[in-house]
Amino acid sequence: MVRAAEGDVPEGIDLFIPPWYDIFWSAVMFVALFWIFWKFVLPGMKKALDARSEGIEQKLEQAETERNEAHALLEQYREQLAEARSDAARIRAEAQAERQSIVSEARTEAQEAAAAVTERAEVQMTAEADRVRAVLSRDVGRLATDLAERIVGEALDEQKVSSTVDRFIADLETVAPEGQETR
Amino acid sequence: MAGKLPRASIPTEKTLSALTTTIILAAEDDGFHAPSLVDFFPPAILFEGTLFEFNRVNLVQLIMTVAVATFFIVAFRNPKIVPRGMQNLGEIAVNFVQVQIIDTIMGAAGRKYLPYLATLFFFILAMNIAGIIPFLNLAGSSVVAVPMLLAVVAWVTFNVAGIRKHGFGTYMKSNLFPPGVPKPVYVLLTPIEFLSTFILRPVTLTIRLLANMMAGHLMLVLFFSGATYLLLDADWLLKPFGLGAAAMGFFITAFEILIAFLQAYIFTLLTALYIAGAESESH
Repeated sequence: MVRAAEGDVPEGIDLFIPPWYDIFWSAVMFVALFWIFWKFVLPGMKKALDARSEGIEQKLEQAETERNEAHALLEQYREQLAEARSDAARIRAEAQAERQSIVSEARTEAQEAAAAVTERAEVQMTAEADRVRAVLSRDVGRLATDLAERIVGEALDEQKVSSTVDRFIADLETVAPEGQETR
Repeated sequence: MAGKLPRASIPTEKTLSALTTTIILAAEDDGFHAPSLVDFFPPAILFEGTLFEFNRVNLVQLIMTVAVATFFIVAFRNPKIVPRGMQNLGEIAVNFVQVQIIDTIMGAAGRKYLPYLATLFFFILAMNIAGIIPFLNLAGSSVVAVPMLLAVVAWVTFNVAGIRKHGFGTYMKSNLFPPGVPKPVYVLLTPIEFLSTFILRPVTLTIRLLANMMAGHLMLVLFFSGATYLLLDADWLLKPFGLGAAAMGFFITAFEILIAFLQAYIFTLLTALYIAGAESESH
C-alpha cells in the first residue's frame, strides 16, 4: 500500500491500489447513502405509491359503482317510461271504446225514443179515428132516423131502424172515398 | 486487460505534457497549470497519516453524498399521494432505476435489489457529476477507491445471490462448466470463464469508471487552464486560440454530463446484469 504524500504521485500498478482512507471514506458515504435509501427514501416512495395505487383503485371502484347505479337508474326510468306509455295507450284505447259505446248507446236510446213517440202518435191517431167514427155513426144514425121519421111521419121500429142505419153507414164507409172526391 | 474501454486509456502525464507543449510554446512557467495525476492525489486536510485521512477528494465525496441524501430526504420527507415538486423529481429518478434497469434486466424478482441499485446509481452519478460542478471540479469517483469499492460490493452481491439461489456447487458448475459444449473444450473454456466472471468483471467495472472520470477531469483541466493561459498570458497572436479552447471546454463539460450519467447507468446496469445472470436458472 503506497501512501501518496503531498504532490507525490504513485506510478504503475500503484495507481490502482487505493489508500485505506479513500476506501474508508467512500465506504462510509456509500453505506450512509444506502441506509438512507433503504430505510427512508424507498419506503417513503413505496408508501406514497401504494397510497396512490389504492386511491386510484378506490376511485375506479367508486366510478364502477356509480356507473352501475346510473345504469340501474336509467333502466328504471326506461321501464317507467315504457309503463307510462303503455298506460297512456291503454287509457286512450279505453276512452275510444267508451266513446264508441256511449255514441251507440245514445243512438239506440234516441232511436227507441223516436220509435216510442211514433207509436204513441199512431195509437192516439187510431183512438181519435175510432172516437170520430163512433161519434159520426151515432150522430149520422140519429140524423138519418130523424130525417126518415119526418119523411115517413111515423116512428119507426127501433130495432129495424138501427139495423138499417148500420147498413147505411157500412155503405157510406165503402163509398166514402168516392164521396170525398165528389164533395 | 480491461477489454474495450469507452475512452482511450488513461493519458499519462508525459503524453499530456508533450501535447500541451506543442500547443503552447512557453509552457508551465507562469499561469498555466498543466493537468496531471497530482490532481487525484491531493494533500490531506485532516487526520493526515491515519485511516481517517481526509483530503479534497473525500471532501467532494462528502459534499455530494450530503447533497444527494438531502435531495432525497427532502423529496420524500412527507410523501404525498399526488406528488409535488421535489417528490416528482425523486420519483422520476428512482423510477428510472426501477424501470430502466431493474425491470428490463431482472424483471419483478429484481425489486428487492432496488435499495442497493438505486443507491449505486445515484452515488456514482453524484460522484461523477461533481467533476463539472464549480469549486468541486473533481469527480468523487476519480480515485480508484470508489469504483473499486463499488466493484467489490457488486462482485460480492452477485456471487452471494448466485450461491444463495443455486448452492455453491451448482453455481460454480454453471459458471465454470457451461453446458452444451464438448468435454475437451472445457480445458480452454473453464479458465476463460473463471477469468471473465470472477476476475475481469470487477476489474473492468473499476477501470471503466475510473478511467472515464480521470480522463474527463484531465480534458477539462487542459481546456480550461489552456483557455485561461491563452487569453490572459499568451502572446496576442495566440489569444484567438484561447476562445477555441474555451469552446472546447464548454463542449467537454456538456460531454462530461453525458459521461457522468452514462457511466453511472453502465455500472448499475452491469451490476444488475451480473446479479440476474447469477440468479438465472441456466447460465
